[in-house]
Amino acid sequence: MVHIFKQLGYNIAMDIESGAIHILEDAAAEVLKLLTPPMVENCPEDVISQLKDKFSEKEITDAYSELYELYKEGMLFTERDYEINIPQEYPIKALCLHIAHDCNLRCKYCFAEGGDYAKGRKIMPFEVAKAAIDFVIEKSGTRRNIEIDFFGGEPLMGYDTVKKTVEYARSIEKEHHKNFRFTLTTNGLLMSEEVMDYLNKEMSNVVLSLDGRKEVNDAVRVGINNTGSYDRIVPKFQEFVKRRGGQNYYIRGTFTSANLDFAEDVKHMKELGFKQTSVEPVVLDPSSPFAIREEHLPAAFAEYDKLTEVMAEYKKNGDFFNFFHFMVDLDQGPCVIKRVKGCGCGGEYVAVTPDGDVFPCHRFAGMEDFKLGTVFGGELKQDIIDKFGESTVLKKKDCEECWAKYFCSGGCPANNYNANGDILKPHKISCELERKRLECAIALKAFEADLQEND
Amino acid sequence: MKLVKTLSKATLKKSACKGGCGECQTSCQSACKTSCTVANQKCENEKQK
Repeated sequence: MVHIFKQLGYNIAMDIESGAIHILEDAAAEVLKLLTPPMVENCPEDVISQLKDKFSEKEITDAYSELYELYKEGMLFTERDYEINIPQEYPIKALCLHIAHDCNLRCKYCFAEGGDYAKGRKIMPFEVAKAAIDFVIEKSGTRRNIEIDFFGGEPLMGYDTVKKTVEYARSIEKEHHKNFRFTLTTNGLLMSEEVMDYLNKEMSNVVLSLDGRKEVNDAVRVGINNTGSYDRIVPKFQEFVKRRGGQNYYIRGTFTSANLDFAEDVKHMKELGFKQTSVEPVVLDPSSPFAIREEHLPAAFAEYDKLTEVMAEYKKNGDFFNFFHFMVDLDQGPCVIKRVKGCGCGGEYVAVTPDGDVFPCHRFAGMEDFKLGTVFGGELKQDIIDKFGESTVLKKKDCEECWAKYFCSGGCPANNYNANGDILKPHKISCELERKRLECAIALKAFEADLQEND
Repeated sequence: MKLVKTLSKATLKKSACKGGCGECQTSCQSACKTSCTVANQKCENEKQK
């Protein structure tokens, strides 16, 4: 399968099964669009006759020859000729620890129903978190790198539990040959200087929630008394990032149908001094006033086009700025097994609620049909674990002919389930947005390569 | 003049041989909590490097 598209002025061809990506002059792009495998050595006459009004015969045959070379080298029209052996065991090695099923904001699009997941407000006691650490050590088998994300609600409402959990995990990681990596996602309201310094010392990544411009943020990210949060949060985030040095963080926003001009929000984040950003589309029931529906897609695509141009300008000026969804690693990226397995939800990654219940991920938390067990012992429900473990992109019928399958692995299982009642059936709107983002991301790689070449 | 420039070579098949060690970061532990993006994760297999 070959996917050809134009973005940022580049004609780009992706050979899906090999992973090869090519940048094409116009003649080569037009020739390629007319080809179907298998290729033969000489350019077919009908290709020449169809393009002779646009290009010289030499251009057409030269382009064909170059494409034919790629074909022979296994970088064009490749068929998969090898097995992808997915490990049949899924050791749990990443936890989303729901430190607080409570929140000090009431964001209007919150999938956690105001922070409590519709299950009542609770802070995770340390005893539960401790059991969760023991649980992941036991379940992770030979995996060395263990990831713990402190999540909520708002996890800083359980700051004491966070600190004790880190201390406990650090105290036993060496004897179990583990390397714990902690991350935390916060709305920032409870960030004192002491909290900032603690997070900068212990967290390998911190995700800071902000939706961008003040009017955009304050329309949805509101407090319990319905007032906006921007003014209370931004100075804290700026101070936090200043103290963080070069360590990883993300300013993470959500865009909704109310701010389809979200490139302005990304630009605003940069103006505030942030360099690592992520702005993701909201996922809500289509009946919600904030939901992104099919009719919003053209505007969202145009905005991604705009953001791509903005990012190219930053790169041209040597201005480091990172947008999470435009990150793609074409050289040292994930292996094909990871690309096929996806996010690991319900297998290597699970969520733990304040009561110690285990769910496939944070998005399934509280959905009793998906409860896997608890961190206090006893068997986990293997049938559910197997169902998630086996849900690779190769099992998703709608993904068979999709060129993006090795980049997104068939989408978020929770989005798929919530939209279609089936973790194997992709959520169409998410697919459309993902494909657009990938085209933008790859075009930016082409742009970077050009910049390096002209340096 | 060259009409085709290769930005990335065929990498997937090769990665299948030594892949699957499971040491890389889970995608939802980075910044992404509502959309699945795996292609930006770093490989952490010491044997692959």
